[in-house]
Amino acid sequence: MVRIDFNRLRFLVIDDNAHMRRILRTLLHGFGTREVYEAEDGAAGLEAFTHYMPDIILTDWVMPIFDGLELAQMIRQPGANANPYVPIIMLTGHSEKNRVMSARDAGVTEFLAKPISAKALYERILNVVANPRPFIKSKSYFGPDRRRNVNPNYVGPERRKGGKAEVSRQQPLLDKAKVMV
Amino acid sequence: MANRKDETPSVATYADHEVITPSHALRKVIGPAVDGDDPVARAEAALVELSSEFSEWMQKECERLETARRNVKRQGFTAKTHEALFHAAHDIKGEAVTFGYPDAAGVAESLCRLLEHSPEMTRIPLTLVDQHVDAVRAIAREHARPDAANVAGKLTHRLREVTDDFLRRENQFRPDYLESIFAPSLAPGAAGT
Repeated sequence: MVRIDFNRLRFLVIDDNAHMRRILRTLLHGFGTREVYEAEDGAAGLEAFTHYMPDIILTDWVMPIFDGLELAQMIRQPGANANPYVPIIMLTGHSEKNRVMSARDAGVTEFLAKPISAKALYERILNVVANPRPFIKSKSYFGPDRRRNVNPNYVGPERRKGGKAEVSRQQPLLDKAKVMV
Repeated sequence: MANRKDETPSVATYADHEVITPSHALRKVIGPAVDGDDPVARAEAALVELSSEFSEWMQKECERLETARRNVKRQGFTAKTHEALFHAAHDIKGEAVTFGYPDAAGVAESLCRLLEHSPEMTRIPLTLVDQHVDAVRAIAREHARPDAANVAGKLTHRLREVTDDFLRRENQFRPDYLESIFAPSLAPGAAGT
């Protein structure tokens, strides 16, 4: 068993519903967190993410301006912000299969269906802190590895091209430009 | 908390993807368990303290739902009125259990399904909308009655049945969509998971 020192974690809670923000803040303070920042829509959430550099984001899905899914896609842009690897826990009333898959494909780290409980929230936080997954960057995806487990019985085609590729890393255009100057 | 300047992720490059292992910056906050320390129990206790406000919060959410319903009846279904009603129902679906009104969550969920999965919003029967909104309000108002759970359960079951029948008819030419909306939930739920 491990213990998380919540006192050293900084959270950003993004939810347009003030009641839900208060509940989440109460639970996080109950765990022992001191630093909890709040935003009430996706745009304010993105701004707060840049400003406060949270260690973990808790976000709702359905929000005005842009929603939790769009927010996750904006954060999961390698090179576009200081921490595209930040754990994102999505708390939502949407629990249908297609919704869960969409959240996963947007780069959400953990998914928690409402109603939330202290235990379920704690477990999601423990998981992102203690068992971080590697990130996959491909043409169409950047986010936590969507394969949580290796299924030995899987018989379908291997979608990822295996083996180390003979890839010669290209010098970034920006570096080239600097040399030319 | 973390100083990310010197945290360079390791990258393994494959034919069509990269596997990036970010530095485990949050490792610093993990320590051995301490006897008697139960953060979940502390958080639950904090929530119990907050719960004195829940009935007022539920009332406010019901008023919001009622306002949204009134706007639909006054202006008809438009993108704006539809969204406001869905949003109000969706919030109740997510909060009602926490607030101590678990029976209201099922009715709110049924209303969300009706609004979200009807392909043509102008065909959504307003009577069925009314029945959902009235049911949520009645459950919130009468939840202290000894027979409330029983009545609410029957009401929820019937509303869900009528809603699902309507959705089956409205989506009969979209078999894939129909299958997806009746598929079991994949989401890890809150109840003990």
